[in-house]
Amino acid sequence: MILAEDPTLQTFENDVWWIVLIKLLGVFVVLLLLTLFTINYERKVVARMAVRPGPNQVGPKGWLQSLTDGVKLPFKEEIIPKTADKVVYFIAPVISAMCAFTAFAVIPFGPVVTMFGQRTALQLTDVPVSVLIVLACASIGIYGIVLAGWASGSTYPLLGGLRSSAQMISYEVAMGLSFVAVFMTAGSMSTSEIVKAQAGGDPQEIFGMEVTAPSWYAVLLLPSFVIYCISAVGETNRAPFDLPEAESELVGGFHTEYSSFKFALFFLAEYINMITVSAICTTLFLGGWRAPAPITTIWAGANSGYWPLMWWLVKVLILLFGFIWLRATLPRLRYDQFMRFGWKVLIPVNLVWILFLAGVRVINDEASRGTRIILIVGIATVVLLIALLWPSAKKAPQLSVEEQIQARPQGSFPVPPLDLQVPPSPRARRAVAERAPATVGGDSRGDEPADKEV
Amino acid sequence: MTLSPYVPIVGLLILGALFALFSVSIAPIVGPKRYNRAKLEAYECGIEPAPQPVGGGRFPVKFYLTAMLFIIFDIEIIFLYPWAVSFDALGLFGFVEMVLFIVTVFIAYTYVWRRGGLNWD
Repeated sequence: MILAEDPTLQTFENDVWWIVLIKLLGVFVVLLLLTLFTINYERKVVARMAVRPGPNQVGPKGWLQSLTDGVKLPFKEEIIPKTADKVVYFIAPVISAMCAFTAFAVIPFGPVVTMFGQRTALQLTDVPVSVLIVLACASIGIYGIVLAGWASGSTYPLLGGLRSSAQMISYEVAMGLSFVAVFMTAGSMSTSEIVKAQAGGDPQEIFGMEVTAPSWYAVLLLPSFVIYCISAVGETNRAPFDLPEAESELVGGFHTEYSSFKFALFFLAEYINMITVSAICTTLFLGGWRAPAPITTIWAGANSGYWPLMWWLVKVLILLFGFIWLRATLPRLRYDQFMRFGWKVLIPVNLVWILFLAGVRVINDEASRGTRIILIVGIATVVLLIALLWPSAKKAPQLSVEEQIQARPQGSFPVPPLDLQVPPSPRARRAVAERAPATVGGDSRGDEPADKEV
Repeated sequence: MTLSPYVPIVGLLILGALFALFSVSIAPIVGPKRYNRAKLEAYECGIEPAPQPVGGGRFPVKFYLTAMLFIIFDIEIIFLYPWAVSFDALGLFGFVEMVLFIVTVFIAYTYVWRRGGLNWD
């Protein structure tokens, strides 16, 4: 049986410079091709979900559409608005694209293989703080968006850029917290070691066959996985969280004023970010490049040689399909709902989950009975404290529809609430209408002189 | 000759930067240029753009507040990561310390929530 050879941190220190160069170019090309593919993939899947053919003209079955779009864009006129800050306007898309590329340096694609006679891992590099590097790239990528919005010297991009930054930093907190449980379980921040930690599952007898149960963190740390998936969508500005680009409100968001290849770079960065968060999800929660557990029972060589590239790609494509599915299915959230969800749900749930997990682990580790009792009492106290301090929303006294109508100035027309107040529920309105059907719209008709005074 | 494992990261950064810089600089050269005054105006759905204050003007204080809260939680995350990685080594002591830390931050969080710092409407 050929076993997959897991790379260690030492493996990456032993790489020869020309192997590093080959892998560098390889990652770069893979990333560009994957982006071109993903754009087409998205258009085709969304089209199918909307019962239309999608791109089908350029190349075989339309698969060259995004490539031709990419070639076309530099030959389009570049319009720089005269209010723009030229230098920052120029640099912003470069920052965005650059950071998107860099994050991919630590993604593991496979085990140690023989490449041109050299033993090397199918991963550009790995360091003890790999996941931190991905987070750092994501953070610096925000600068590209903020600066693009600011430098355009226009209203919509400014609003889009601000919204985008607030959204991305909020969801980055949730995302960062969802990693803590993974680091705790794997005992490392290096991507290859996290993949290794998810390798061994407990073999179980099912129908006389020895089947290895998946030891993926998506299963073991399900709350972290769910929180990560939600915050990844928020972090990449994708539907239903695509508020920075809300077409109905902000035209194109931060890249409204961008054209030609500068626009293409933002587009590229968005898709690379999508691929990166999918790849991180694969690495941290779905066992990385390893074949799903039942497959290895049937086919022992599934994890050796270059085969893991295929598993990696399948997992990433499934996650990307999820992204596209969300876009085709869900309507956009309102900004306040979206921020409330990030700050008031994801973050506290995450913190409580981390404490719970750490508590369970400590209790398992500490053998003596006395310590266990103290710990259980301590955790109960903390939970109680959190429950007591939990901020309860003070409910504003709910006015009935009639009272709301009374509260309006005399003779005013029925206007929608201007202070972004939530209108009363249709059920309440119907109840009022049933009681007194004629008076709802009729109150302003009674005092027409007052209307004329206004 | 072997390299430090951090070098490829810088390498990819440079490669990405070169690609981006090259394509951004080549596009204005190969693209057409047809002057039109209206094209250079800021886009506001086709109407005359409203005059813009220098430097973007003022925007809601909520954005600053979010940024400051982000820093607090980011620092919390920075403290959580090393603890999580060496969780087994620190054991009970680390756990109790972390509970104290998280509860302290949680009190501040509760305060912000109660004062309406997390509301957007």
